[in-house]
Amino acid sequence: MSIFVDENTKVIVQGLTGGQGRFHGLRNRDYGTKVVAGTSPSKAGTDVDGIPIYANMAEAVAETGATASFVVVPPAGACAAILEAAEAGISFIVCITEGIPAQDEARTYARLVQNFPGTRLLGPNCPGIISPGKCNIGITSGDIALAGGPVGIVSRSGTLTYQALYELSSQGVGQTTCVGIGGDPVPGTNFIDCLEAFQADPDTKAIMMIGEIGGSEEERAAAYIAEYVTKPVVSYVAGVTAPPGRKMGHAGAIISGSQGTAQAKMDALRAAGVTIALNPTEAGNAMIEVVKNLK
Amino acid sequence: MDLFEYQGKQYFARFGISVSPGGVADTVDEAVVQADAAIYPVVIKAQVKVGGRGKAGGIKLANNAEEVRLHAGNILGMDIKGHVVHRLWVEHSSDIEKEYYASFTLDRPNKCHLGMLSKEGGVEIEVVAEENPDAIAKLSIDPIIGLTLEMATAWVAAADLDEPARAQAAELLVKLYTCYVEGDCDLAEINPLILTTDGKVHALDAKVTLDDNASYRHPEWADFAWGETEDVREQMAKEKGLNYIGLDGTVGIIANGAGLAMSTLDVVNQVGGSAANFLDIGGGASPDVMAAALEVINSDPKVKAIFVNIFGGITKVDDVANGILEALNRVSINAPIVLRLDGTNAAEGRALLQPHLSDRLIAEPTMLDAARRAVELAGK
Repeated sequence: MSIFVDENTKVIVQGLTGGQGRFHGLRNRDYGTKVVAGTSPSKAGTDVDGIPIYANMAEAVAETGATASFVVVPPAGACAAILEAAEAGISFIVCITEGIPAQDEARTYARLVQNFPGTRLLGPNCPGIISPGKCNIGITSGDIALAGGPVGIVSRSGTLTYQALYELSSQGVGQTTCVGIGGDPVPGTNFIDCLEAFQADPDTKAIMMIGEIGGSEEERAAAYIAEYVTKPVVSYVAGVTAPPGRKMGHAGAIISGSQGTAQAKMDALRAAGVTIALNPTEAGNAMIEVVKNLK
Repeated sequence: MDLFEYQGKQYFARFGISVSPGGVADTVDEAVVQADAAIYPVVIKAQVKVGGRGKAGGIKLANNAEEVRLHAGNILGMDIKGHVVHRLWVEHSSDIEKEYYASFTLDRPNKCHLGMLSKEGGVEIEVVAEENPDAIAKLSIDPIIGLTLEMATAWVAAADLDEPARAQAAELLVKLYTCYVEGDCDLAEINPLILTTDGKVHALDAKVTLDDNASYRHPEWADFAWGETEDVREQMAKEKGLNYIGLDGTVGIIANGAGLAMSTLDVVNQVGGSAANFLDIGGGASPDVMAAALEVINSDPKVKAIFVNIFGGITKVDDVANGILEALNRVSINAPIVLRLDGTNAAEGRALLQPHLSDRLIAEPTMLDAARRAVELAGK
């Protein structure tokens, strides 16, 4: 099994007629994802390589019965696109847009929680989600993932997600689902959401969690793991040597005062029984050991 | 982007938040002019983006032009925790009755806004939080509802601010919240927020961090570009549109993706070296970007080896390899380069580079191997 998406998930790409939307939307379709529609107010009635374009999400959902959307629109329009999808009844929204102002994200997240509790947002500023062999929504290269499980991956960083997939796939260890939650301060889906889903998924036997400096999501995840997660967890936290007060590429990757250091996160995770790796390769190797010892 | 105090006060003033009259000065003579305009006594404050200015001697009271000359002369050029003072803020001195603290920031775990208000201001809020957490009245704010005057009025009472300050403080807090939200701040902090002996409430200091992601809708932020970074490398990187942070080590870093770049710093550190910078060239890694990245790193005299760490996802490693080769044709590099290329089309990429490898351009199979080699070269 996979979490959040599967081989039946129908996806609408919001921004399919743009350069990025077309590139990634078609790649996702080529991977086998059911990309059933795109939206564009000015290009309704046309198509992108055979994928029909609708004027808005309400129409696209009515016509296709899609339950997921992939938001590939610039920062100034991304939040409106997310809310449009939610209003149209979409239950799973992936937003890869980087550079959305934090104030907009906070407001959008509050709107989702209050008005659309049944809608899950993944991102913004994330690589998306891939359930190998079933569904790929986002910008992850499908060929570095390996179907069949037993590992579930959740990560705040795109490239480190790819690195993790590669470390595992190249040694024959597959994944159930790989979720990139993104590097912004207000992620729609957090570590705990993914840990909960992986814990509940019978095919996921072990979990890799990749964190980074900033915020306290890793500490909260550690508390959750200690209480609810019985599956083995391997973790790597990036940014041990990051200087305080500087945003390390991601808007959310910043040590504020003494808050958000990699050391504190690793200590919390270790105390929760998580295996801590000091670099991505070590994390891959540790997970391969874990998988060998399963059952 | 962090603002200097004077910029923060200018920003506050746009939102109607009361600050002391004053002006900036880059020379002793200018300080005297500003002091005369602000009316004596005045306070001369070093403009540096670091705390602890007062203790370092960067804030002084002056009663006349002679004292302004003395203090301004001492403070200009002063080094405060590695920050050299190039600019002063000179303002009319306030008669302080009480010092409070107020701030708004994002409550990341709860995905809402967090207001903090305390009647114990003028000291570091972290210290108050540690020693007397009950003295901080926290307010969780729904971003959709915002902060109303009614809520602010209840809040100043809950924080137990002195009676004469409450009504003015509540009004000021609503303005500060507006500044935080409409002004796209990551942090809007006043410490101390004061009650003067004649019963006025105003901001005696300003600490503002702007959300860089919102710069597209704030053309006025261009006014705050002065002194944004003292690091010439960062200045150069900014001009080239690179995501660069200068550090003190000897291994120059180029990586694609923020997480991988951070991880590269960590790995270099683990094998006994130290990074000269953080640099994320993003997904594309075109020859232009690669050349720009190498130029910035090349300008750093401390760099003794360069570690290029690329993991191809959507970006194909052979495209990156071509980018590196073309960049090397354009830029003459002082330090040896160690490459680690992995991911999509890694074999093709490595094959492209093979004929060009030398003791100045070295390829290693893994991130750890490459880090070790770069650190070894940097140590020579």
